[in-house]
Amino acid sequence: MKHPLTWQVVSLSISALVALPLLTLAWLSVSADTEIWRHLVDTVLTDYVRSSITLMLGVAALTLLLGIGSAFLVTQYSFKGVRFFNWALLLPLAMPAYITAYSYTGLLDVAGPVQNFIRNSFGLEFGDYWFPEIRSMGGAIFVLSFVLYPYVYLLARASFLEQSQHLRDVAQLLGYTRRQAFFRVTLPIARPAIIAGLSLALMETLADFGAVSYFGINTFTTGIFRTWYGLNSVASAAQLALMLLGFIVILLTIEKSSQKRAAYHTKKSAKPVVARPLSGGKQILAIALVSLPLLLGFLIPSAKLLSWALADTSQLLQASFWRLVGNTVSLAGLTAILAVCFALMIAYSYRISQSRVSKWAKKIVGLGYAVPGLVIAIGTLIPLAYFDNTLDGILKRNFDISSGLLLSGTVVALIIAYLVRFLAVALNAVDSGLGGIAQNMDQAARSMGLSPFSVLRKVHLPIIRSSVLTGVLIVFVDVMKELPATLVLRPFNFNTLAVRAYELASDERLADAALPSVMIVLVGLVPVILLSRKIKQ
Amino acid sequence: MKKALIFTLVAVVSACQPQGSNEVNLYSARQEALMQPLLEAFTKETGIKVNVISGKADALLTRIKSEAGNSPADVLLTTDAGRLHRAKTADVFMPVESAILNSRIPSQYRDRDQQWFGLSVRARPILVTEAVPATPITRYEDLAKPELRGQICIRSSGNIYNQSLTASLLEQLGEAPTQAWAKALVSNFARQPQGGDRDQIRAAAAGQCSVVVANTYYLANMLASQDNSDDFAAASKMRVIWPNQNDRGAHVNVSGAGVLKAAPNKINAIKLIEFLVSDSAQRIYADVNFEYPIKENIELNQILNSWGKFKADNLNLSKLGDNNAASVKLMDRVGWK
Repeated sequence: MKHPLTWQVVSLSISALVALPLLTLAWLSVSADTEIWRHLVDTVLTDYVRSSITLMLGVAALTLLLGIGSAFLVTQYSFKGVRFFNWALLLPLAMPAYITAYSYTGLLDVAGPVQNFIRNSFGLEFGDYWFPEIRSMGGAIFVLSFVLYPYVYLLARASFLEQSQHLRDVAQLLGYTRRQAFFRVTLPIARPAIIAGLSLALMETLADFGAVSYFGINTFTTGIFRTWYGLNSVASAAQLALMLLGFIVILLTIEKSSQKRAAYHTKKSAKPVVARPLSGGKQILAIALVSLPLLLGFLIPSAKLLSWALADTSQLLQASFWRLVGNTVSLAGLTAILAVCFALMIAYSYRISQSRVSKWAKKIVGLGYAVPGLVIAIGTLIPLAYFDNTLDGILKRNFDISSGLLLSGTVVALIIAYLVRFLAVALNAVDSGLGGIAQNMDQAARSMGLSPFSVLRKVHLPIIRSSVLTGVLIVFVDVMKELPATLVLRPFNFNTLAVRAYELASDERLADAALPSVMIVLVGLVPVILLSRKIKQ
Repeated sequence: MKKALIFTLVAVVSACQPQGSNEVNLYSARQEALMQPLLEAFTKETGIKVNVISGKADALLTRIKSEAGNSPADVLLTTDAGRLHRAKTADVFMPVESAILNSRIPSQYRDRDQQWFGLSVRARPILVTEAVPATPITRYEDLAKPELRGQICIRSSGNIYNQSLTASLLEQLGEAPTQAWAKALVSNFARQPQGGDRDQIRAAAAGQCSVVVANTYYLANMLASQDNSDDFAAASKMRVIWPNQNDRGAHVNVSGAGVLKAAPNKINAIKLIEFLVSDSAQRIYADVNFEYPIKENIELNQILNSWGKFKADNLNLSKLGDNNAASVKLMDRVGWK
């Protein structure tokens, strides 16, 4: 890949892959029935929009607080256990949101142990005492925030660590206190990274179906499925999905235009930030604060899961259970590596050409994450089956052989759908890494006769190694948790841990669903720990 | 080059084709874990291997439609009649003439054109606790009584069983009375709809409400879970009321299946459906999943027996599919979330 044009062609084809399901949505929505649309506007649409926006604002506020707050504490101060918290704060990422929702409901619901305990110990009846309703908007904001804050934490932390001590020293020379320096220097520089993390958390929030539908909240996404299943209108459902996408585009555009044309770069040789040691009461306070997200986002829900799982461990002895683990890991691993490679090509193509084509390629790829998994699945299914059937028809007519369904119903179809949905995640991670490297590095390397590809390999990759690994990790965990696309697109007799957990949980057999869920968390832990080793500074 | 390409294609293709005819491919909207004991019994008896993909009915139907003539699916299995009717309307089923199916499945539980067949009956009665207000509840229509204000727990209108119940009322009562009923029902809610059927039973047992509408197999499953004593205790507090016994009967739905037009293994597909209505399979439905058998005169298990016999609504179940969209719109209008 010597020529920038090659890069552009590659990035364009990757974005075409993502665009295909989105175009399929547009094609589907053309035939939408205006009568259904009028019904939706007259009855439920305002409710969908209002709940989605409330949910989004709530999750935004709470994930920012949790993500930036904990990243600030673990990077700026040193206290007991700080090295442990550095990676442990990522653990909630391994919890599928709907599983956390199920286990909190099991605990805090009107019939759960906590309220039972209150009633039994004080001789009260339901209604005699006040207790927050877990299955509510507040509960959904709580659950989603504690599961999603690691996106903000991960990127904010990386950015805080990359900033040099020199900047801080200068700020202090200018008379800023440590706190002022954080708010006026560190935070603004980290802003692009934080926004990248936040947008991932919000897109995931908007696309969530499992947790919100269990809590009985009617968001835009639950509305899409209600329209499809209930009103039997794929076209109107596709129309709603496009509206959701339009909303995301508007948000991203507002964000981009408010971000002033500033670029911050640091030289890697710079001195890393010196963490200030804490002691006494301040140390205890810091430990308490960083324990909170870990406790609520991971320990409590997984303890509930574990107690269910340990009640019946017979599944562990079945070969079929370990086949699930094998399927899940290989699928997630392969997709994660592909996604990061593709993301690197797209991001790098834009970097070396700055062309409009690659800019659009980047934008399109960034959208997939906001679309609910099942919608992506349908958008992938239809064109792939069309391709398969057309190819089969041509071969039959001309050569009298049948290719049947070449891609549909294979793992390839599944991986394509995953890429469409999760490339955005990989791109965000890679992009924030590349963004930190000044352009004059490229110019220097090119002037020494290196091709763009060699520059990427020899100069950039070593510098952005941690961002690349971050991308691999998040995509891996995301694929492992992915459910709706897996359900529809998978081959015969092919199960993953998430599929097994969901099938049991949706049949209201939470206890049986616990073991596969615990396994998702355990397998998710492996990359989290690996990552934390690699990026330890 | 061209030859090599074709050669590779042929090799790939032949490797992908399902081997032999001793298989049957099932697209199942019913969870795999629930189907497993039945499918294992089928394989044991016939030697035919069953390949399964489970998922949401509408998604599987979309997959079948897109895969078109090349679809490997032989049988589509769903958990409600509305979806079977939808598949029929989408023109993916083929008519099946089978003396076994016709003799074992009562006519209201199969399609008039023999395109789909009910396999198990799912009843949705009213359940009450001791705390229920002293007003007679004998019909679904009674759920609208003002005496029941703040007493009813029922799941969301996004749930197919509620959609089917409303669809059956639409057929029996007509649009305006059904809407008035649904509106009054919503004003009797103890809380905004949330959770599944079991959660409604748990909430009633905890005292949040006293009247629940739920499918019986959820209640039976809770009663069978001795080890999980909380669920057993909650379910023991419920009394089953079979509604509308003096008129049309209690609302029922079926899980069922049809053979697909493009099925590569049609004979095996019919064998599978016939097996599912055999006495032994019907007993598995009743004993493992606590559903009512579709075939008459199958011995019921003890839990189902304890609720007594009931008269089921004999509405043709295709109507549930016909009225589904109308019932969702109606529920949207009355604010049933």
